[in-house]
Amino acid sequence: MTTPLLHAEGLSKTFVLHTQGGVRIPVFDALDLIVTAGECVCLDGPSGAGKSTLMRCLYANYRPASGRVRVMHRGDWADLTGAEPWRQLEIRRETVGYVSQFLRVIPRVPAIEVVMEPARARGVPAAVARDRAADLLARLRIPERLWSLAPATFSGGEQQRVNIARGLIAEHPILLVDEPTASLDAANRATVVALIRARKAAGAAVVGIFHDAEVRGLLADRGFDVALRRVAA
Amino acid sequence: MTAAFSLPDAPANDRARPLLVAERVTKSYGEVVGCRDVSLAIHPGEVLGIVGESGSGKTTLLKVLSARMAPNAGTVSFDAGGRGLADVYAMAEPARRALMRTEWGIVHQDPRDGLRMHVSAGGNVAERLMGTGARSYADMRAEAAAWLGRVELDVGRMDDLPRRFSGGMRQRVQLARNLVTRPRLLFMDEPTGGLDVSVQARLLDLIRELVRDLGIAAIVVTHDIAVVRLLADRLLVMHRGEAVEHGLTDQVLDDPQHPYTQLLVSSVMTA
Repeated sequence: MTTPLLHAEGLSKTFVLHTQGGVRIPVFDALDLIVTAGECVCLDGPSGAGKSTLMRCLYANYRPASGRVRVMHRGDWADLTGAEPWRQLEIRRETVGYVSQFLRVIPRVPAIEVVMEPARARGVPAAVARDRAADLLARLRIPERLWSLAPATFSGGEQQRVNIARGLIAEHPILLVDEPTASLDAANRATVVALIRARKAAGAAVVGIFHDAEVRGLLADRGFDVALRRVAA
Repeated sequence: MTAAFSLPDAPANDRARPLLVAERVTKSYGEVVGCRDVSLAIHPGEVLGIVGESGSGKTTLLKVLSARMAPNAGTVSFDAGGRGLADVYAMAEPARRALMRTEWGIVHQDPRDGLRMHVSAGGNVAERLMGTGARSYADMRAEAAAWLGRVELDVGRMDDLPRRFSGGMRQRVQLARNLVTRPRLLFMDEPTGGLDVSVQARLLDLIRELVRDLGIAAIVVTHDIAVVRLLADRLLVMHRGEAVEHGLTDQVLDDPQHPYTQLLVSSVMTA
């Protein structure tokens, strides 16, 4: 399949640190990236090259200095970076999923509800979402006794697996994953690889950051070197 | 992978039409500027947080938006009854009052401003129903009891006066009083201000659940970043009377652009 689902056009990002004397930190400039259905692109480059910054720009979490990110949403191209807020949230709800490096959720909410929430937001009935969440948590080896507890006290690896389950449950056609296997053991790493491969097989466009060479080899169809787009500081 | 469940069709774009639009509103008190040249639009179901320090103009802006203080310049329009945007300050007084009694709710920081302190908790809720034309005592009492239960108050105490409740409980009564008419837009000014931290957390959880379950839009004014992190879809940052930055909550907090916002965000301890 070669249907493009995500298109970053002329994307530039510079941080201006006003509280630190107005220091300007250019990250990348006039970057172009197209990701097609069923394809997994791995963002490459040394630490500090701007891989996570690019990922966050693709989710419209960081705001680019110029350029835009367009995504195939409801059958048409939509400008994620330039849309009104309600529309940006709609695009995130239905089209673009993001598995961040660290779980950041609302306190006091049980793990299973943290996982269910993106499916509920897409209108999946509670009982169906709960079954699907339970299935994902079980596959990711989160003990059932933890499901009703808030993840704040979980270990780093457990939080990351809750985060992955939350990121995958709504089956977004575009999936952004930042270091999904960083603190996982071999068995869980294999599960995460299988889950992401399944999303690819279902036609999702995947953009990932994978430091683990084996994981990268199993998932990525090609690399995109962010360092080459880096602006000379 | 075949989908484990089929996803429902995307709902129609009921959010595309704005509910409330403010265009270039300015309010000054003599020489002192309250808010200057602020424009914004609220869409159905959206929760907007207005943040800034005291004196930044955020409460002035909220009063202007909620038809309680006419601006010196600019307009505020609301889509009353889905009949299209109409200037709230150009409406006849009865129409504006009807709006405040039904489609709008206002939760004040001090419950004494939002409740009748000499009327029972149940009466406070029922009174708002009467304003919409309800007349059956039994129905109103049942409805009031249902809403007091929904805000997790002991329904057995519905005949008590608000003064016999704690601060957190009074805020719950205020919420019930506002929500009983199923408003489409809720204005909240520091709704958890002055409460103990643990009480504040439980009240925030409740507000978040209710706003989400009922699908109502809300504008929340606060100086507390933790409150908007929990409640708001998007933020407007006020500084010296001006809106210096706006965006989705995660955008503003993770990638603040304006010098004041950067200072504000860097001053907050992250969990």
